[in-house]
Amino acid sequence: MQDAGRLLHDLFFDYTLRTVALGAMALGTVSGTLGAFAVLRKQSLLGDAISHAALPGIVLAFMLTGAKDPLILVLGAAIAGWIGTLMVMWIVRQSRLPEDSALGIVLSVFFGIGLVLLTYVQREPTAAQAGLNTFLFGQAATLVVEDVLVIAGLGSIALALVALFWKEFKLLSFDREFGGSLGIGMRRVDVLLTSILVVAIVIGLQTVGVVLMSAMVVAPAAAARQWTDSLGVMVVLSAAFGALSGVTGAVASSTTTGIPTGPTIVLAVTLVVVVSLALAPRRGLVWEWIRHRRNQRQVRTGAILTDLYALASQHADRAHGHPVAVLEAMGAKRGGVRRTLDVLQAQGLAKQEADDSWSLTVEGARAARAVIARHEGGDE
Amino acid sequence: MTAPSGIVPAIEVNDLTVAYRDRPVLWDLDLTVPSGILMAVVGPNGAGKTTLIKAILGLIEPAAGQVLVQGKPYRRQRHLLAYVPQRGSVDWDFPTSVLDVVMMGRYGALGWIKRPGSRERELAMQALEKVGMTDLARRQISQLSGGQQQRVFLARALVQDARIYLMDEPFQGVDAKTERAIVTVLQELRDTGNTVIAVHHALQTVPEYFDWVTLLNVRLIATGPVKEAFTESNIRLAYSGRVPFLPAGGDGDDAAADAPWLAALR
Repeated sequence: MQDAGRLLHDLFFDYTLRTVALGAMALGTVSGTLGAFAVLRKQSLLGDAISHAALPGIVLAFMLTGAKDPLILVLGAAIAGWIGTLMVMWIVRQSRLPEDSALGIVLSVFFGIGLVLLTYVQREPTAAQAGLNTFLFGQAATLVVEDVLVIAGLGSIALALVALFWKEFKLLSFDREFGGSLGIGMRRVDVLLTSILVVAIVIGLQTVGVVLMSAMVVAPAAAARQWTDSLGVMVVLSAAFGALSGVTGAVASSTTTGIPTGPTIVLAVTLVVVVSLALAPRRGLVWEWIRHRRNQRQVRTGAILTDLYALASQHADRAHGHPVAVLEAMGAKRGGVRRTLDVLQAQGLAKQEADDSWSLTVEGARAARAVIARHEGGDE
Repeated sequence: MTAPSGIVPAIEVNDLTVAYRDRPVLWDLDLTVPSGILMAVVGPNGAGKTTLIKAILGLIEPAAGQVLVQGKPYRRQRHLLAYVPQRGSVDWDFPTSVLDVVMMGRYGALGWIKRPGSRERELAMQALEKVGMTDLARRQISQLSGGQQQRVFLARALVQDARIYLMDEPFQGVDAKTERAIVTVLQELRDTGNTVIAVHHALQTVPEYFDWVTLLNVRLIATGPVKEAFTESNIRLAYSGRVPFLPAGGDGDDAAADAPWLAALR
């Protein structure tokens, strides 16, 4: 408890920790926001390709300038990330390869080039390159004020653009072709949104690392989708989840020596995702399971009801009893027939005629006809 | 049947050829659609029906030919066109409401950046009323049935307040009641001087619903008033002999059984 209080104190008053927390919060907010659109557009893998493709850009930017100015490294990352995205689009258009193959190719080729360049740079005798390899798995503890300013500055521009073009981005994500028919240049909207996604990713690379950055794009959005059916709420929630897990992960890795930030952030965001997948009302797995059980029960009673109806319709006397064994045989030896019959009797739909034989009530016949009509009627 | 009005045709297609890679989907199509008609576009799968709609809307770059909308290239006439895409072309699990989707029909008139406001909401509610869905305005779109989805798309086209309505299978996956409701809306559009072009699959309802028809199979087979163009030989030509005509009626209640007590239930 004392530790927690100490951590809270440091979060506000310790310079390093405060810097780390602010940086992680800013990047989590931005990647969460843009991630919501990426997930809805089924472009989750694009984030992975962009972040991996950014690595050679970072190293090249350093090699050309010889300095680790955060703005220049981010610029290099953004250019490389963009080139990677364009190559994915180009491969999809020019070849018959599906998009996931194109993404896989670009991701691994760019990342491979990045690793080669990184190894080469690290053999240099000067110490200037020290710290470049933190871009692999991220190291929030290396964040300084200038880094946070770059993250916050570019992040604010990204968020402002999303607010400004909200209507266009929504249209692009939901029904691109319809947007095109309205005369809104959907290609331009696509380029804009993808560019902002690139920015959202590259500002997080120093903290989270190229390997795991896509988790900050996909996971908060996937968790947010569970809780709401409104795009606006989803984007805000996704941003909040991103900020929360960003801060948690970054602070956890900064207060413990030697743990890279990427993995701790991923652990934090995983927790959010697991809770959301399990517990969110309506879409959560727990609710799904309860609904499934209820449906199963309904299907079982429906099946027995229609079987009884089929048997009864072959008899002139509705009250003619039909043995349980026949009903069991009709349902391919299903179990629980007696239990279901008891349920039906309690509902006044079936009646026990003799020890082991059952008939439909008039109400039961009506209910059976309704079940049959529902099956034939389709979805309406 | 309404007589085609106006001198300038609603749509004029000249020498239109569209190809995906090396496969032609539409071949040298010439088509004149007069104003004020309700036209069905029919043909077998892969005949280029959807492609024709998309080419008219400028969503597909044709390999050759041109499309004129009321005498001018479509680029300058987009505001005259409304579009109902195939129901299956979007993800209905998208987090948005019925009203929001319908308001998207106003996005073109709003232009960039400007947000929809109370006026757009009002127009959207009016459109929802025309398709009988005002009570579902707030509903999340994943909770809609097929027929309701189709009506949402129709309402979205209605708020566009266009003159020419292009619809890709507006009856796909809807029940008989919804189909009647949609037909009524389409006929009202036609009767108020608009032009409606709909890709249609059920051949037996063409004469009942439409007054004009275009038969298509990569090439144009026939176009004109239903009475003149919708002939057996043209249909055979379009479907290469395999006519998917269904016998009329025969939709009886199979649950009818012999037992007398059953009859009393009905």
